[in-house]
Amino acid sequence: MTGAAPSGLALFWAAVIALSILVYVILDGFDLGVGILFGTTREQNHRLHMMDTIAPFWDGNETWLVIIGAGLFATFPVVYAVFLGAFYLPVLLLLIGLIFRGIAFEFRYRSVKTRWLWDLGFSLGSTVVAFVQGSAVGALMRGLPVAQGQFAGTSFEWLHPFSVLTGVGLVFGYALLGAGWIVLKSEGDLRDWAYRRIPWLAAAVFGVLGLAFAVSLSVDAGAIAQGHLKDRPWGWALVALAIASLTGVVAAARARRDGLAYALTVAFIGASYLTLGTMFWPYMVPYEVTVASAAAPEESLRFLFYGGVVVLPVIAAYTIGVYWVFRGKARSGYR
Amino acid sequence: MDLDPVLLSRIQFGFLISFHIIFPAFTIGLAAWLATIEGARLATGNALYRRVFDFWLPIFAVSFGMGVVTGIVMAFQFGTNWGVLSVKTGAIQGPLLGYEGFTAFMLEATFFGVMLLGRDRVSPRFYFFSCCMVSLGTMFSSFWILANNSWMQVPLGHTVVDGKIIPTDWMQIVLGPVQMVRWPHMLLAALLTTAMCVSATGAWYLLRRVHFDEGRMMLHWGLGLAAVLIPVQLFFGHLTGEYVLKHQPAKFAAIEARWKNEQPASEVLIAIPDEANERNLYAVTVPKLGSFIASGNFTSAERGLESFPREDRPPVLIPFFAFRLMVGMGLVMLAVSWLGNFLRWRGRLASSRWFLWGTFLSFPSGFVAILTGWYTAEIGRQPWVVYGLLRTRDAVTPSLTTSDVLTSLILYVVVYWLFVAFGIHCIYKLLREGPRARTEATANVTGSRPLAVAARTDTGGTA
Repeated sequence: MTGAAPSGLALFWAAVIALSILVYVILDGFDLGVGILFGTTREQNHRLHMMDTIAPFWDGNETWLVIIGAGLFATFPVVYAVFLGAFYLPVLLLLIGLIFRGIAFEFRYRSVKTRWLWDLGFSLGSTVVAFVQGSAVGALMRGLPVAQGQFAGTSFEWLHPFSVLTGVGLVFGYALLGAGWIVLKSEGDLRDWAYRRIPWLAAAVFGVLGLAFAVSLSVDAGAIAQGHLKDRPWGWALVALAIASLTGVVAAARARRDGLAYALTVAFIGASYLTLGTMFWPYMVPYEVTVASAAAPEESLRFLFYGGVVVLPVIAAYTIGVYWVFRGKARSGYR
Repeated sequence: MDLDPVLLSRIQFGFLISFHIIFPAFTIGLAAWLATIEGARLATGNALYRRVFDFWLPIFAVSFGMGVVTGIVMAFQFGTNWGVLSVKTGAIQGPLLGYEGFTAFMLEATFFGVMLLGRDRVSPRFYFFSCCMVSLGTMFSSFWILANNSWMQVPLGHTVVDGKIIPTDWMQIVLGPVQMVRWPHMLLAALLTTAMCVSATGAWYLLRRVHFDEGRMMLHWGLGLAAVLIPVQLFFGHLTGEYVLKHQPAKFAAIEARWKNEQPASEVLIAIPDEANERNLYAVTVPKLGSFIASGNFTSAERGLESFPREDRPPVLIPFFAFRLMVGMGLVMLAVSWLGNFLRWRGRLASSRWFLWGTFLSFPSGFVAILTGWYTAEIGRQPWVVYGLLRTRDAVTPSLTTSDVLTSLILYVVVYWLFVAFGIHCIYKLLREGPRARTEATANVTGSRPLAVAARTDTGGTA
C-alpha cells in the first residue's frame, strides 16, 4: 500500500488538512481548555471573566473543524469514511459536546436558577470534546483495522486503556493552553489563579503524555510508528523541542511573562504534533491508508483546488483579523 | 420492518436534515427580503423600512446560526453513517459539498459580519451591497446543495472505474439540466416560505392591533411577492415532474399510486395506497386525467409500478401523501396571496379579520411544502441513494451496529429537541415583541456569533 507516491495535488490537500488540524488544536484547544478550567472553580467572578476571554473567538475556532471534515470528504474520502466509522460514538459525543457548549454559552447569562446546569454543560461539554479528540489520537496510534476502504473493527475499539491515557493527556494539554490564554487575556485575581495552575498542568501533561509516548515506543501496537522514528532519527529533535517548550512554560509562569506561557504551550503542541506526524507518515490512517491510496481522483482534487486557493487565504485573513480586533486584555461586560 | 443500521440511519438522516432544512430555507428568503427593504430604504429614505429591517435582522441572525450548527452535524453524517456512499461517490459529492462550505464561509467571514455589526462603520451604499452579497451567498449555498442532490437523483458526467465513481465533466455535474430545474424550484420555495412568514407576522400584528404601519407593510410586501412567485413556482413544479417522469419513472408511478400500466391512465386524486396488496383503498379517481398530467394528451399509455422489478420500486405511501400535501400547500399560498391582493385592491385588507386569521394560520405552509417536497424527492428515489448506481442498503457504514445508531438517534432527538426548541423560542419571542424604535450596540460579537446579536436585542441590554 505504500508503493505509489502521492501526486502534487494530493500533497497540497494533505498539507492543508494537516495544517488545519494544527490550527484547530491551537485555537479551539485554548477555548476548550478554558471550559475545562471553568469547571474547577466555584468563584462566579472568575467564571464570568473566563467567558470574557474566549467570547469573541470560540465558535470561529470551530470553523476549522468543519474545514477538516469537509476537506477530508472531498479530497480523502477513504480517510473520512474510515475515521468517522471507527469513531462513531466519539464523534457523536464530540458534536453533542460542541452543541452543548454553544447553548450553555448563550444561556448561562439569562438564567439564574438553572445557571448551574448550563455551567455544568459548558465544562462537561468542553472536557468530553477534549477527551474524545485525545483518545482518537491514541486509537490512531494503535492502528485501525480497515477492509475494502471501510473501518472493519468494533464500536468500542477506540476505548482502549492507551486511548484513555492519550484522552486524559489532551484534557490536561488543552487545560494548559487554556491557562496560558487566561493569563494572556486577563489581569488581577484571575491571572494569578491561572498562573498558579500552569506548573501543575504542565507537570500533568508531561507525566501523562510522556507515559503515552513511552508506551508507544515499547508496546507492539505502535511497531511501525517506532520503526518510523528509528528511520527518521531527526524526529528526536522534535521530541527534545517538545520537552524544552514544556519546561519553558513553567519557567515563563515563574517569571510572570504573560504571553510567553501560551506561546511556549503552542510550541509544545506544535512539536508534539510534528513528532506524531513523523511517526505516522505516509499513513493517514495508521497503518492501512496512505496519503496516496486515500486521495480522491485528480479531477476532484483539481476542481476543489480552484476554490481552495481563493477561500483558504480569506479564512486565514479573517481569523487573523478577528484576533487583531479583539487583541489585548479582554474587556469585561460581555452582556 | 426490523430495526437495522440501514433503517435507523435513514431515520436519523431524515430527522437531522428535516430540522436543518427549515433554517436555511427561511434564511435564503429572509436575506433576500432584508436586501430588498434595505434597497428600498436607500432609494426612498423611508424610516419605516429601517424599522422593519432592524426587526427582521436578529431573526435572520438566529435562523442563520441555527442553520450553521445543524449543518455542521450534517457534514459528518455522510462519513459516520454512510461510509460506503462517501468512499464511492466522495470524488463528486465531496467537492460539491466542499464548495458549499467555501461559499458559506466566505459569506459568514465577510459580508455577514458587516450586515450584523457594520451599520455605523460603513457607508450606506456599502451596507446595502453587503446585504445583497449575503443574499447571493445564501442562494449560492443552496446551489451547491441542490447540485449535489440533483446528481444523486440523476447522476451525470461521471464514469465508473473499478467500482469507484470518477468525475469526468464538472459542467454536466454542476449545471446539468435537472439541476437547472430543481435549484429554481428550491429557491422559489424558500422565497415563498419567507413571504408567507412575513405576511403572517404582519397579519398577527394587525389582529393584535399593534405595530400597524410595520404590520401593514409586511402584509403588503409578503402577499405581493407570493402572488407573483406562486405561478412561477407551479411552472417549475411542473418541470420537476417532467424530469421525474423522464428519469425516474418508478418514482412518478409511486407519486401517482398507479399500480398497473394504464391506457389511458386515470388520475388518483386521493386514496389510501395499500402497498401489501398493490391497490388503492377509498380511491377518488378521474379517468384520463393521469395521461393528461403526465403526457399532455388524454390517450397516452402510462407505466404503473407493476412494470418495475419489485426490488426497484420505491415506497408508495409517503411519496403519495407528501406530494399531495406539497401541492395542497401551494394551493393555499395561491389562494391566500391572490385573495389578499384582491382585498387590498378593494381596500378591505386591514379590516377583513377572517382573512387576517387565515393568513396568520398559513405561516407554516411554506415549511410544510418544503419538507413534504423533499420527502417526495428522497423517499421516491428509494431503493437508490444514487439513482441507478448505488442502493441505499449497500451505502451504509459496514461496521455500524443497531445499538450504535439507536444510541445516536436517541441522543440527537433529545439534544435537538432542546437546541431547536431554544432557537424557535428565540425567534418566537422576537416576532411576538415586534419592531422597536431603538437598537443597541453590541460588544464582543463577531460574524460567527449571530445568536449573541439576537440575544442582545432580545434582552434589550438590560441583563
